[in-house]
Amino acid sequence: MPFTDMWLVKSTNIASRVLGDETIIMSTLDSTLFTLSPTGSAIWEAVDGKTPLSRIIEEKVCKEFDVTVEQARVDAEEFVNKLVKHGLLLVCDQPLP
Amino acid sequence: MQLSSSGKSQEVVIEVGGIPVALRTTESAFVDLLQNRYGEYVKLAATPEFAFEVELVPAGIFNPDDDAKVWLQDGEWRMERGDFQAKWSPEHRIGQIRQVANPFSIDSVLRIIHTLLLARRGGFLLHASSAVRNGKAYLFSGVSEAGKTTMARLAPPDVALLTDEVSYVRRVGGEYIAYGTPFAGEFGEPGKNISAPIAALYLLDKAAANRIEPVETADAIRRLMRNILFFADDAELVREVFESACAFVATVPVYQLSFFPDQRVWELIG
Repeated sequence: MPFTDMWLVKSTNIASRVLGDETIIMSTLDSTLFTLSPTGSAIWEAVDGKTPLSRIIEEKVCKEFDVTVEQARVDAEEFVNKLVKHGLLLVCDQPLP
Repeated sequence: MQLSSSGKSQEVVIEVGGIPVALRTTESAFVDLLQNRYGEYVKLAATPEFAFEVELVPAGIFNPDDDAKVWLQDGEWRMERGDFQAKWSPEHRIGQIRQVANPFSIDSVLRIIHTLLLARRGGFLLHASSAVRNGKAYLFSGVSEAGKTTMARLAPPDVALLTDEVSYVRRVGGEYIAYGTPFAGEFGEPGKNISAPIAALYLLDKAAANRIEPVETADAIRRLMRNILFFADDAELVREVFESACAFVATVPVYQLSFFPDQRVWELIG
């Protein structure tokens, strides 16, 4: 199932700080640092375990940035995949209660 | 060092960064070593915030190849390396150190204790030389060979050196203060036991000409984090250090200082 049909939760093993329109995230497990672009930051900020990624793309990314839904989906899949691999995001097949 | 137990515990209080820590031992020769090693950082009249009983043990009791490990267990910090074992209860303000009789072991234990203390107080130890000029402190940080010791060596006479290796950064109120440290590097001498508000952090690299450029915030945090001394395997403390680095960069200007290693670089500082 693509990530766009799923719900995302932020790992508890992170610390993050918003810097203007970017976000810097650190894994507290290995101190690795990640810097998110403005688009990535918009997705990160909207992740709450209750809003599916597809809705985040439509309501946040496409409204705030000049990008089509199709392109935003492709980019978001790639972005989320990377963060999931590093353990910064967790994927759920249903929303949090 | 020849061990010479007097049977009676003696106390040496070493104050770094305004935090007095007492070391208690029955070995008179070790007391002399501490007093010589820490010089003006030894405080005769200070009331210690924390006290450690130091037991000297023969060489060979530990595995010399063991790397430093620091972890929290039952409310106590445990610290181990190939030349020491230590534990410390921040709540009860006491600890024990078992180490071989050399100054490097106690120096390492003190560094670790101060990294733990500072993490809880919004500060940190930083791989950086630092100096005071005209009442302001300047930090020079970077990877090995970036020029930390070179900047210290090139400092003109009106500059007071705080350290050539490990800078001590505390948040006091809304500002950041750099303190002198006795933790010497290649320069081989402890820094002046003084402090001053930090005016700038310079990230160093050597170049053909001198140039100062501002560093973008995310990059500054990333590079600052890379140079903060941190030993503990503890996620909560890592989070606090990250928060401290972010808060520091939001308060103190961070620059890239590309410099040609001669005295003219100091014309740009202060």
